[in-house]
Amino acid sequence: MTQDEHKEGIKGMANPRRYGIERVAYILMRLSGLGLLGYFVAHIYETSNILKGRMGWDEFLQLTQTTEGHIFMAIVIAMCVFHTVNGIRVMMGHVGVGVGQPARPDYPYTPASQNYRHKIGIYSAIILSAVAMMYGLAVMFGE
Amino acid sequence: MAQVSIEDQSGETTLITLRIARYNPQKDDSKSFMEFEVPAQKWTTVLEAILDVKKNFDHSVAVRYSCRQATCGSCGMIINGKPRLACFTKISELNSNVVTVEPMNNFPIIRDLAVKFERLFDTHHKIKPFLIRDDTELETDAKEFLQSPEELEQYIQFANCIKCGLCNSACPTMAMDSSFVGPQALAQAYRYVADSRDKGKNSRLKIIDDSHGIWRCHFAGSCSQVCPKGVDPAMGIQFLRGYLLGFRS
Repeated sequence: MTQDEHKEGIKGMANPRRYGIERVAYILMRLSGLGLLGYFVAHIYETSNILKGRMGWDEFLQLTQTTEGHIFMAIVIAMCVFHTVNGIRVMMGHVGVGVGQPARPDYPYTPASQNYRHKIGIYSAIILSAVAMMYGLAVMFGE
Repeated sequence: MAQVSIEDQSGETTLITLRIARYNPQKDDSKSFMEFEVPAQKWTTVLEAILDVKKNFDHSVAVRYSCRQATCGSCGMIINGKPRLACFTKISELNSNVVTVEPMNNFPIIRDLAVKFERLFDTHHKIKPFLIRDDTELETDAKEFLQSPEELEQYIQFANCIKCGLCNSACPTMAMDSSFVGPQALAQAYRYVADSRDKGKNSRLKIIDDSHGIWRCHFAGSCSQVCPKGVDPAMGIQFLRGYLLGFRS
């Protein structure tokens, strides 16, 4: 980014504080997407260890049976659930579902597209991912 | 009826600190801030405070303004971190005795608070912001293009756009992508696509069906939250995408 363009850059894009829960969902969607991409790459590397035979496979799998491994997997579960639920909300919005109808705007101009349906969708995605993460932690640490 | 004095109407005068970003791309390496103590009453707008500074403290502060009533779209700037119109923002509604004004993000700076609008106008022109038809109302025996109130309702909200650029300043994609067409132009594309008198839908959809066009919008909705005229660009963009995906016709 050049100073000439006066772009906010990644700092502005990733700032969740100014535009409400919709912008928070936007940033969480990006972070969870990148996180899942990283996980898929790591997962391919992990499963490739099967080429080293049963011993090599079991040895590598032990990494996921540690406290850090369990926490990492719980975060992956949370990212996966959030990305899925919020992704469904966004896809529905992208085809015009739940974004309201055009109408003459009245002051104070509350945007119809930022309505309670989408807010409920965002909060549901956050709550469901937290519940799924806690369930995952309970299963992994409860053994 | 009881007489209300001007003093009662305007309320108490308080002193606020106005922090104005100063930057001249010809001379300065980075942005700096100058602070001024200015009086503010209940109805004092940020623009009035800036003009107070220009009149009484420093005439060199560069700011663009014209109508002072949220109609011309000239005085967009970042006020306490959010894009707003300076003439439409009362200091009292900011709930702070410190008001910081900066030039809009994602627009090249001319000087201080004034930014260049060339790119916004270019992208606006790109989507063909006019009715496309083979015939014309100007022909002597042609009738005017009739439209029902319901048909008008489909786009009239989007015709309120004053090209202030606040939506482009708030957009997270605009913050990263220099080639993105932006929420202002996309909302205006919908305004004409949804107009029953227009016959240029396919040509407009072709323009925005681009990797830096409509597909770069991720429905963050910040554009709609900052629009001072209730245009709701996010809604228009999603409807527009519905046309491209075959969910609308």
